[in-house]
Amino acid sequence: MSYLTDRKRATGRGSAKTGTEHHWHMMVSSVALAILVPLFIFTFGPMLGAPHAEVVEYFARPFPAIVAALTIVVSMVHFKGGASIMLEDYVYGTNLKIALISVTLLSYAIAATGVFAIARIAL
Amino acid sequence: MADVNRGNRPLSPHITIYKPQFTSMTSIFTRITGNALLVASILIVWWFLAASTGAESFALADGIITSWFGDLVMFGSLWAVWYHFCAGLRHLWWDTTLKGLDIPTAQKIAYAVIGGSLVLTVFTVIVI
Repeated sequence: MSYLTDRKRATGRGSAKTGTEHHWHMMVSSVALAILVPLFIFTFGPMLGAPHAEVVEYFARPFPAIVAALTIVVSMVHFKGGASIMLEDYVYGTNLKIALISVTLLSYAIAATGVFAIARIAL
Repeated sequence: MADVNRGNRPLSPHITIYKPQFTSMTSIFTRITGNALLVASILIVWWFLAASTGAESFALADGIITSWFGDLVMFGSLWAVWYHFCAGLRHLWWDTTLKGLDIPTAQKIAYAVIGGSLVLTVFTVIVI
């Protein structure tokens, strides 16, 4: 039997109060991606299957390199937000914490790898 | 305590008890396509890393991405990214104007999202 009142037990158990901020971040990154994704598809697409020398030469140019790096970074930030929300909907407790940490680490690892690779090609 | 039924309370209605509808299906596909794009993201970043490493690594990564299975994954991802793109624009429109949330309009936009994603996919395949 608990000695806490109903009111006391309910206080502080509401929403996490980060929903608005999360939604806003998803909106900002989605607007960025609405511009970046078409640019990336039509710069990266023709290079897929091209010879190595041509690929390296193409992504050494400023525009394709910057578009590719931005697309990878922003899409991973956007993925981290979206995947976290999905996990929060379907996974609970300790598993949720492990899953959220994994998604965060994976997103940043992919973004860093992408930026490193493009920097090495471009510079 | 007024609240004797602790831990065994009914959950709010969840997807399992709703009949699948056109609008709900186009909504859940936004989430599915978004998360599935992780596979293509990893492949593309690996492709870039291989290209930056050297001709030999590139041959391996490029060979796998342009194999029949790689092509299948990339083609599926192309549709997924255009679908997510269209559905995302739909969300931006909903969230900024608060219009189009009535059922007839929502259903029309759902058709537009599916149609738009297919048209954009075919267009991309033709152009690239």
